[in-house]
Amino acid sequence: MTRSLAGRAITLACCILSALAALAAPARAQETTVKIGYAIAKTGPNAPGAGVTTLPNYQLWVKTVNDAGGLNVGGKRMKIEVVEYDDRSQSEETVRAVERLATQDKVDFILPPWGTANNLAVGPLFHRYGYPQLAGTSVTDRAADLAKRWPNSYWLLGTGGEYAEALASLLDKLRGEGKIGDKVAMASIADGFGIELASAGRAALTKHGFKLVYDETYPLGTQDLAPIVSKAKAASPDVFIAFSYPPDTIGISAQAQLIGFNPKVFYAGVGVAFPLYKERFKGAAEGVMSLGGIHAGNEAVKVYIARHKEATGREPDRWASLVTYASLQALQQAIEKAGSIDKAAVSKELSSGTFDTILGKFAFDKTTRKIPGFFTVGQWQNGEFVGLVPGDAPGAAQPVLPKPEWPKAN
Amino acid sequence: MLIDAILSGLTLGGMYALIAMGLTLQYGVARILNLAYGEVVIAASFAAYLLITATGIGPLAGLLLIVPASFALSWGIYRLLLLPLVRRARNRGTLEVDSILATFGLLFVVQGLLLIVFGGNYTSYSYLNTAVEVLGTTVSANRLVVLATALILGVGFYLALMRTRTGTALRAVAVDPVAAALVAIDVRWAAGLAFALGGALAATGGVLVSMMLTFSATIGVVFTMKALIVVIMGGVGNVLGALIAGLILGLAESFVATFGDPGLTLAATYALFLAILLFKPEGLFGRAGR
Repeated sequence: MTRSLAGRAITLACCILSALAALAAPARAQETTVKIGYAIAKTGPNAPGAGVTTLPNYQLWVKTVNDAGGLNVGGKRMKIEVVEYDDRSQSEETVRAVERLATQDKVDFILPPWGTANNLAVGPLFHRYGYPQLAGTSVTDRAADLAKRWPNSYWLLGTGGEYAEALASLLDKLRGEGKIGDKVAMASIADGFGIELASAGRAALTKHGFKLVYDETYPLGTQDLAPIVSKAKAASPDVFIAFSYPPDTIGISAQAQLIGFNPKVFYAGVGVAFPLYKERFKGAAEGVMSLGGIHAGNEAVKVYIARHKEATGREPDRWASLVTYASLQALQQAIEKAGSIDKAAVSKELSSGTFDTILGKFAFDKTTRKIPGFFTVGQWQNGEFVGLVPGDAPGAAQPVLPKPEWPKAN
Repeated sequence: MLIDAILSGLTLGGMYALIAMGLTLQYGVARILNLAYGEVVIAASFAAYLLITATGIGPLAGLLLIVPASFALSWGIYRLLLLPLVRRARNRGTLEVDSILATFGLLFVVQGLLLIVFGGNYTSYSYLNTAVEVLGTTVSANRLVVLATALILGVGFYLALMRTRTGTALRAVAVDPVAAALVAIDVRWAAGLAFALGGALAATGGVLVSMMLTFSATIGVVFTMKALIVVIMGGVGNVLGALIAGLILGLAESFVATFGDPGLTLAATYALFLAILLFKPEGLFGRAGR
């Protein structure tokens, strides 16, 4: 009898204590912190992409804000508290985690997941719960439609068509200057981003009167790229374009170097703007073109690269990393301008305001909701991946042509 | 063009074979369908990367260090993790199911460790990416090394299994563990040896392919899948079968990419796989070759 009584007492005490603890924790947290959550691939096939472009920038931004004392919300300093989920590279898991962030963790803001498909998958949820969605790693031709359907969504990297058109018009200009002919060889990966860019590329190249002397696709995970590069070389094109993913970008480049495939323009896809590419190819990267590019002389960009390296141990990639970080700076400034963490007020600031970021001062494009004017075509020049197109953007470099021949591989 | 396709196919096939030979030993003799196999391959790739970036020791010299380490680790894994499963398994079927579940867990443990230590990034380095002229076409030296290693190991293991006493014991266990025990073969020792040898082969494959592929901590399952296809095509437990099946697969992919469309390589792989399963479900060299 006494024993069970004592048992009951202990149980009761535990209940009370845990209830108290549960009450105390959020009460303390709510006053001084902003809860920001995200679901991202830390494991599975998307982990490398998210690990290069998205996650380090989230971490860097949170660190920067918290080191400075927190977000300045209506004169009060509020530190960021992070709620992070691993979506294991499965979109269903991403959707579930975002739902949980919104309904159970009740976070103040949600940062978007990595990749185009995931952002499309969580778009309805962000919309339903009223969170702004600053998708920094999504390239989609439906950006304008999506922005109309989900007014708080931002498709920052723009459309595949823009990248294709930017490249084609650059090639057109170079042809006009007599630097290249009109033979183009194109290889592309048969997966979301590669398909979108390849079809846009085909259309743009044809429109500008280029001849496609080689045009083939290969499946995801192709490990032997030698036949593709050999066939492209046999077509002796002036321009080689590969809309590829990082592992095949490196494979194609290595094979081209090996067999001495030296077209005047060598353009490869995702991965060229990664610091890995420079580490892997060193001087041989010189002259290779791809998506992205930076204003190398810009002080803010230089500081950003140095801080990224210091905080995460690695340099950022020269494309979507900067866009992602700029979007976080915009979010921060929108919160501070709104002077509140009310989602509607912040969304209003985002859609109407001008922001001062590492990509310069900008307002989001009204129709496609991208960051206007950042570089869509870049080239490795003197050890830095500099932006070429748009040519009138601050810091735009002149293309170096023809691409220097690949040095002998080691 | 023809010679291009043949060489490219042989080097690719050599890589497939090299990766698959360890799995065929582990599955054929030790009866462990090791789903963490690809993770072991990738762990060895990272070890090679670490060696060359931190100490400047090239991957070929690194083999001397990494392969014995993997052998020892695999032996340890077998003794500690898998032997309890072997002990309580009533028959081969339960052992296979149990080992699939256990190694599925092991997959995440190894992958998690790699993610913690190396992060989720793509990793690549350049080694022996020198052009070599063979029959008028250019191949990279590292691919030739992979092909040569696969041939040497494939034939070497085949001879060792056929000609030595230990090899005979391993084959006996593969055919019938109960009968093998009756003729005084220490079945658990033999199975452990096969599992450890499989681990050593996986590490060899991992170190060598790291010279030419871009890898990341989460890519292991790709290797497990490819290896499994090769193992089943070649006949479970047959090292020479794995070598030949790997080469056939590589040649098929290369020919389709060169004379057809690179988009059809996967379709070709699976069509070949399906055909073999339909007409020779025990694999090209199933049973007979052991």
